[in-house]
Parts: sequence; C-alpha cells; structure tokens
Amino acid sequence: MKAHEYQARQLLQNAGAPVPNFEVIDAVEQVPAAIKALGGGKMVLKAQVHAGGRGKAGFVILSDNPTELEKNAQRMLTTRMVSKQTGPKGIEVKKLLLAPAVDIEKEYYVGMVLDRAKGCPVMMVSKEGGVEIEEVAAKNPEAIIKEWIHPHLGIQPYQLRRLTNALDLSGPAAKAAAKTMSALAKVFIAKDCSLAEINPLVLTKATNGTPGEIQAIDAKFNFDDNALFRHPDVKEMFDAAAENPNELRAAEHGLSYIALDGNIGCLVNGAGLAMSTMDIIKHYGGEPANFLDVGGGVSTEGAIEAFRIILSDAKVKGILVNIFGGIAKCDVIAEALITAAKEVGFKVPVVVRLEGTNVDKARAMLKEANIDALIPADDLTDAAKKVCAAV
Amino acid sequence: MSILVDANTKVIVHGITGQAGAFHTSQCIDYGTKIVGGVTPGKGGTKSEHGLPVFNTAAEAVDATGADCSMLFVPQAFAADSAMEAAAAGVKLVVLITEGIPTLDMVRTRKFLADIGCHLIGPNCPGIITPGGAKIGIMPGYIHKPTNGTGKNVGIISRSGTLTYEAVWQCTTRDIAQTTCIGIGGDPVKGLNFIELLGMFQDDPDTHGMILIGEIGGTDEEQAAAFIKESVTKPVAAFIAGQTAPPGKRMGHAGAIISGGQGTAASKIEALKQAGIAVAPSPAEIGATMATAMGVG
Repeated sequence: MKAHEYQARQLLQNAGAPVPNFEVIDAVEQVPAAIKALGGGKMVLKAQVHAGGRGKAGFVILSDNPTELEKNAQRMLTTRMVSKQTGPKGIEVKKLLLAPAVDIEKEYYVGMVLDRAKGCPVMMVSKEGGVEIEEVAAKNPEAIIKEWIHPHLGIQPYQLRRLTNALDLSGPAAKAAAKTMSALAKVFIAKDCSLAEINPLVLTKATNGTPGEIQAIDAKFNFDDNALFRHPDVKEMFDAAAENPNELRAAEHGLSYIALDGNIGCLVNGAGLAMSTMDIIKHYGGEPANFLDVGGGVSTEGAIEAFRIILSDAKVKGILVNIFGGIAKCDVIAEALITAAKEVGFKVPVVVRLEGTNVDKARAMLKEANIDALIPADDLTDAAKKVCAAV
Repeated sequence: MSILVDANTKVIVHGITGQAGAFHTSQCIDYGTKIVGGVTPGKGGTKSEHGLPVFNTAAEAVDATGADCSMLFVPQAFAADSAMEAAAAGVKLVVLITEGIPTLDMVRTRKFLADIGCHLIGPNCPGIITPGGAKIGIMPGYIHKPTNGTGKNVGIISRSGTLTYEAVWQCTTRDIAQTTCIGIGGDPVKGLNFIELLGMFQDDPDTHGMILIGEIGGTDEEQAAAFIKESVTKPVAAFIAGQTAPPGKRMGHAGAIISGGQGTAASKIEALKQAGIAVAPSPAEIGATMATAMGVG
C-alpha cells in the first residue's frame, strides 16, 4: 500500500523530522486561505497522486502569484494527469499540496528499504538528491552509501554519524540530518514500511548570516500489505480511487488479481503456477489478460467471483483454468465452474486442466455437467496450446 | 538418504487444534510422518482429534516427546512468535507454513533462529517432504516417488507451492524419484534458501541432480547460479516463473515483484545459463529438462 506525499509528510512530522509547513487542498476555493495560512511568498503546488513524473506532466507548479496558483489548482483538479508512469489514460487528481518554496543550497537522498539478501532493512543516502535513486544506482552505485540495520537493535548513533559524514554535513546541519534519518527509521519500523524515502532532503541557503537548515521536502512511504492488520491508522490512508477496481474486488474475496493487456483470462491456484501459466500462454503465442491466484483455501463462492472478475474484462476471448490441487481441492473448482456456467454463463471457450487433490471426483462432476464451452486438457502444454488455438 | 528430515523425524504441530492444522496433521499422519504432539496455548493436557497430546508451550511439548521439528499453522499475527518459541524450546527445524506474516516480523525471527542455530523453512511455503519417509507440510503426498536404490533421484528446491507439485509430478511420471523436496516460500525474507539447500543436496550421495524453481523478485537465483558454478558438480535444472510479469506489481507472493529494474526473469535466466544450468523453456518441461541434464531422458 502506498501513502500520498501529504500523508508521508504528516508521518515524518509526527516522528520529529523537520518538515516545512504545508496545506492540503481538495477544492480550488481553499487556495487563498491556504496561501494566507502559509504566509504568502513563493509557493509550490503539487498534485497528490501515486504516479511519478508529476513535474514533467505540469502537475508541480512554482509561483508567487496567488491568481496563477489558483488557476493551476483549478486545472490540476479538473484534468487527468498523464505521465510516463500513468499510461495514456492518465489519472484523476483529487488532492493538492501547497507549501512554501525553499531556497535550496544542496539536495540529498535518504531512503530505507528491505535488503532481501541480507534479511534486514538498509538505510541509503546519497549526495545526488532530487533524482530517481534507481538512476543513481545504475550509473554511479558508489554514490550511494549504505548502513544495514540490526534486526533487533535498530539503527545506532554511530551509523547515523557515518551517514551524515558521507553527506559532508557538520555542526547543527549534521545533527538535524541525523535526527531526520532516525525519524525515518522510526516510522519504517513502527509502521511496517516496505519503503521509506525522503527525496530530497535539503540544506536551505544561508540568509543574512543565519546558517542553512535541513528540511525534508518530499517523502514517500510504501507499507507492507501483510502488516496492515495491526495499523488501522495506515489502512485509513488507503486511497481506493488510485487502484484498479477489479484488483480491489478480487482482494475483498481473498483472490490475487492483476489486470494485463492480453485476451486469455487465467484462473490458477498458487502464485508461482499462476505466473508460469501466463508464461506458457505467451510461449505458445498467446497473451494473458490477467494474473489470478485463487489461493490455497479457495471456496466455491471465491472461485465463482474469480470467474465473474475475469469475464467482466471485455478483452477476454478465452479462459484457461489451471489447478494443481494441494490445499485447494479440484472438486471445489469443478463446482465453481458448473455454478458459474449456470449463473454467469460462458460466452467464451474455457480450457480446463485439473490435477492433484480430488481430481477424479472433479473430472466426473464436469463430465456429468456437460458444459458446452468447456474444453478439457490433459496437461499444461495441452491446455496452453488449446486455449491459444481457441482465441 | 535425504536431507533435513526422514522417517525418524519427530514433529510437533503448532496450531494442531485449528482447522487447517488439524486437517494437514491428519494428512501427514496418513503419509507416515511421526507426529508426536501439538501446541495450543490454553489447551494443554487435552488430546487432539488425532489422539495426540496437546501442550500449552513448545518447551513442554519438546520435553515430553523429544520432538526435533516443529510444523506451524499459526495465524499471521502470532506465527513469528511461535517460530521463536519452537526454536527456543530446542527443535532443530521449524517449518513455517503460514502465509501473510509481516516482513519485519520475519526479519526479527530469522535473526533469532539463526543465532540459536535452528533451521527455518518458509514462511508462506508448502513445507518439506522426503518421499516415503516424512511429509511435513501441505503438499499432496501421492504425487511424489520415493527412492528405491535404483535409477536416478533428484532433490527439488522451490519458491512456489503448486509449481513445485507440477515439477514433482513431471518427475514422478518419468520415473525419476525424489530424495527431498523443499518449498522455501514466496516471501522476501525467509529461512533456508537455494544456496544452503543446494549444498546439502550436493553432499547427499543419493541425490543425483537438483531442480531449482525460482521466480521474479530479489536476487536469490543469481546468487544460487554463482554458488552452483563454484560448488555444485551434480546436474541442475531450473525454471523461473514470471517471464511475462509486469514491473512494479506484486504477483501474489509478497516476494514476487520486479522493482527498480531488479529481479526480472530475464536476468535470472541469463545468470543460470551462464553458470551452465539447464533452464526449462516452459513450466511443462521441467521434468524433461532435468532428465536430459542427468542423462536419463
């Protein structure tokens, strides 16, 4: 699950990091009051969406003119944002963030992710802030300095010193940066994050003898879906409008569904087998319309819902059902197939390959039901060839 | 021979009185696994539906039964704690079936078990089976073929559940027996990984070849490829699931995600091929690829 930037700023602020003031706007009428609350001057107005590429799309605006800010707020709230990450259809913008613009002396990157190979979180910093960290990692990996976090002890002061030192910070700025990094690590652990990022962390320009300050200008948090059950506050940040409706509907029924661009619907048990089923369809020249894992303990109702979701995609011209029963039982899937044929109706061919727990019972049930659209398959290759030929 | 578990392994089941725990315990007993008791806090002193003693704590269960392995069917919120309890009680192997455990719980638990010297399989996995000896997990037993002293045998290591069954079935129907099959689980942070298990199979005289089933996400397969090149002399066949998966999407398993341009199937397949490993072109050809690599196809 992802949080919006304004939510990320709130989390960081609560954890004690220096975050400049900001206002959240969801109607253009709120702009004048927000400008007033922030004390006027040069402002930055940013669309609150999960997709990147906002700047290039014209959805981050810098201005000291209230009328211009209002005009841009109006445009952002009424036009869909199209960027490299959104696809041609773009996405709707419902909320904007307004914050005073900062005079930047230097930009840094600070992030925390899970290092899967080492089995612990890692904090990464770089002097090349404000750009995509993946680009830095690809072009100039030595520009990223890492500290691995002990699973039981958390980040230690010596690690924070080493990281601020690597950014060439000293004095009060180093202390403030260490405090910010510590806050980021605190949120990461406390809220079960999978990614926590401040990009950029900035050092502001010194003015009239006052030294520059450390501030977290933009932040991003992704949360571990498996841990949401113990974070009702995080769950509340969920923005359903930013997700695919079919994927949400599937999740409600304990199904794991991802929409793709092809025309062959897939219904499979197990994530690995579901991915492989997509792979073998492609191997024989077809294109999968979705990834769908019904999971181990699937019920008949769950499996029927899976058929409904697949069939609600107008692109689907054929379906491949591939079940290797372990915990999932073949007869449950057979029953779902029979009920779905009656209730939903199959207007496209359905190739069915069943193996494993209760397969004989399932085959007998399907034979008796005698569904027209159904094409039985002997094994995985046979099934893939048949469904590719049928669409 | 086999690795990690055999007919003498004594198993306690955490969550034996729950629906899934009770069902799969029956299946394991039917297969011949030595299940010696269960742990359910608050139900100590009772008997499970299988007639097995139930204990309040893992320590009591281990003391009373001499169990050396724990199989866990504990709900996601409490599973990590139970895994640590089992390890602290002195079992040598924890098989964690539970799906959906918070990743940071596993970060802490993995370290805790490693410090004690207790092996972990999983989480979010089908478990481990030594065909004909012990089935400690949720895989269908009948698809496996026990070794019988003749022919060639394989060991199977997989990040997926049902895809493992697919590979096992393809071997069994080709008359290739399995020494031990391990589902290491689909989560980003897990216990035993490809490298440790490949090493164990390399040292097991009855295992003549290994099948490695990976998927997108992380760099486990790339590391396995480097290890095989260095330290494995037996033939290895591999398959990588998710060649058509889009980046940035979690494909069912928490660990199956291509992020930041890393963890693609293409990079894994390339690394495996570079290490001289036979990579199956489709999931239907895993058995055939292994047979060819072992010279029995």
